[in-house]
Amino acid sequence: MSVDLNTVRRIAHLARIAVSDAETPHLQNEINAILKFVEALDEVDVEGVEPMTSVTPMQLPMREDVVADGDIAKLVLANAPLTEDGFFVVPKVIE
Amino acid sequence: MSDLTSLTLAEARDRLKSRTISSAEITRAHLEAIERAKGLNAFIAVTADKALQMAEASDARLAKKGAGPLEGLPIGIKDLYATEGVHTQACSHILDGFKPVYESTVTGNLWRDGAVMLGKLNMDEFAMGSSNETSYYGPVASPWLPPNWSRDRARAATSSDKRGLLTPGGSSGGSASAVAARLCLAATASDTGGSIRQPAAFTGIVGIKPTYGRCSRYGMVAFASSLDQAGPLARTVRDAAIMLGSMAGPDPKDSTCSPSPVPDYEAAIGRSIKGMKIGVPKEYRLEGMSTEIDALWSRGAEWLRAAGASVVDVSLPHTPYALPAYYIVAPAEASSNLARYDGVRYGLREPGADILDLYEKTRARGFGPEVRRRLMIGTYVLSAGYYDAYYVRAQKIRTLIKRDFERVFADGVDAVLTPATPTAAFGIGEKGSDNPVEMYLNDIFTVTVNMAGLPGLVAPAGLSSEGLPLGLQLIGRPFDEETLFALGETIEQSAGRVTLPDPWWA
Repeated sequence: MSVDLNTVRRIAHLARIAVSDAETPHLQNEINAILKFVEALDEVDVEGVEPMTSVTPMQLPMREDVVADGDIAKLVLANAPLTEDGFFVVPKVIE
Repeated sequence: MSDLTSLTLAEARDRLKSRTISSAEITRAHLEAIERAKGLNAFIAVTADKALQMAEASDARLAKKGAGPLEGLPIGIKDLYATEGVHTQACSHILDGFKPVYESTVTGNLWRDGAVMLGKLNMDEFAMGSSNETSYYGPVASPWLPPNWSRDRARAATSSDKRGLLTPGGSSGGSASAVAARLCLAATASDTGGSIRQPAAFTGIVGIKPTYGRCSRYGMVAFASSLDQAGPLARTVRDAAIMLGSMAGPDPKDSTCSPSPVPDYEAAIGRSIKGMKIGVPKEYRLEGMSTEIDALWSRGAEWLRAAGASVVDVSLPHTPYALPAYYIVAPAEASSNLARYDGVRYGLREPGADILDLYEKTRARGFGPEVRRRLMIGTYVLSAGYYDAYYVRAQKIRTLIKRDFERVFADGVDAVLTPATPTAAFGIGEKGSDNPVEMYLNDIFTVTVNMAGLPGLVAPAGLSSEGLPLGLQLIGRPFDEETLFALGETIEQSAGRVTLPDPWWA
């Protein structure tokens, strides 16, 4: 399988990465090289094989459903590029 | 180069314990070595004040009772580990200025045991790379001189773009270079597809990726969560065992971390390997593989046989599919993990007309080309209509890869012996072609281990005809790192200690 230029633009948008028209053909070549490489998987018979969900056979540990932390708004915001009154600031999203 | 920086971690520990040296002395010696080795670009942040404070506190504990197993030993930390209040960016531009307000479990365990932090080590951006060339902070040079290069030529290259100098491998390139150049006694690293083991092989040192779940991933910058594992790089097998003993352990903050207690890994060093069964998988004998690597591999098998192990041929039929399957699973998980870099919560922010524009511009500017490429591949294989064809199929193949190993271990094989890398180290700028797959092939022998969640150890086993280090890999049963340490030490002893290069860079 290979991707065309429009698909490259669509993937970039889904990944939330801005790409210029100038770099799209180059990206297309690289992505197609990788897709060509993974084509080898098509020859494997996977009929009836369970997809792996956990590499080690361990049970997910459970803990009591209680509040374990909180009240750390200052720490949560400590590395934010822009904050105001204890909130993250983003461009206006609602008109 | 002072004698203090040439000590092994175990030797330094014993001298600190007997108080023939102090932590302040050995820490200062390493800080001086780092200062002189700036040209290698292994450290991207040096925490000299913190190191000296920690050393002083260690000396106080060494004077009384209550010293930890790593008390006073100066080590380096890969930039991927969250260290409270200290530069932590996984060597990406998008994490500009990020200083975590918490500590990773692995580094926390090391400080609990008394280790001293010298600083943060260079790496491929988000651990995506095999040569340390994708780092936002520039490439790292290996302390090994390129064949036929003079010291002067190499020194001149360190102050320009470093082209032609050897890469220490990646993604833990800064860790490997720093350990091999004796800038720290040992270092933390991490391994998603070979990022501990390939750099160990390239620089003539020891690295182990433990079983998935042996070390906590809490506070490690995530790349591919089902494959990522922490592990050490060190100059001897014993040193790697000591480091892993402190790094590993249960952690309620990581639900995939094993609750089983950590054995005394150092006690496994010197354990007899008599009667052990070693598997040599035929699928690792690649077409066109260099006769040098082939000979090294046979020599390794011979050493283990001489020490009383038996060597048998085994088959791991799905080996050829591990790398292609990895290049679906790892980018898919990365595309999900790296969605958090949005220009809002931390790090770089590029202004945008609206929120979407802000996301897209921030991520375009903040991620380097390799990371962008992998995120797009990951997004594609998870997108509607392709999920089953790519992602689910790759996860089925992963099951088959794991079954291959289970079958071999069920037949009584204790460990599998393979080469670590298809070649010795290559030069910086040498693999810059348009086809990213060329670089990916570096991990052909290591990636199966991550796909199956197994432990893998690489130890230096000899030199190439050009005088560069080559390593052998041992793959073990889940949570049987001890066998790998025992076998690894046999290889280390049989091959003879590697003479690391004299400091031409200083």
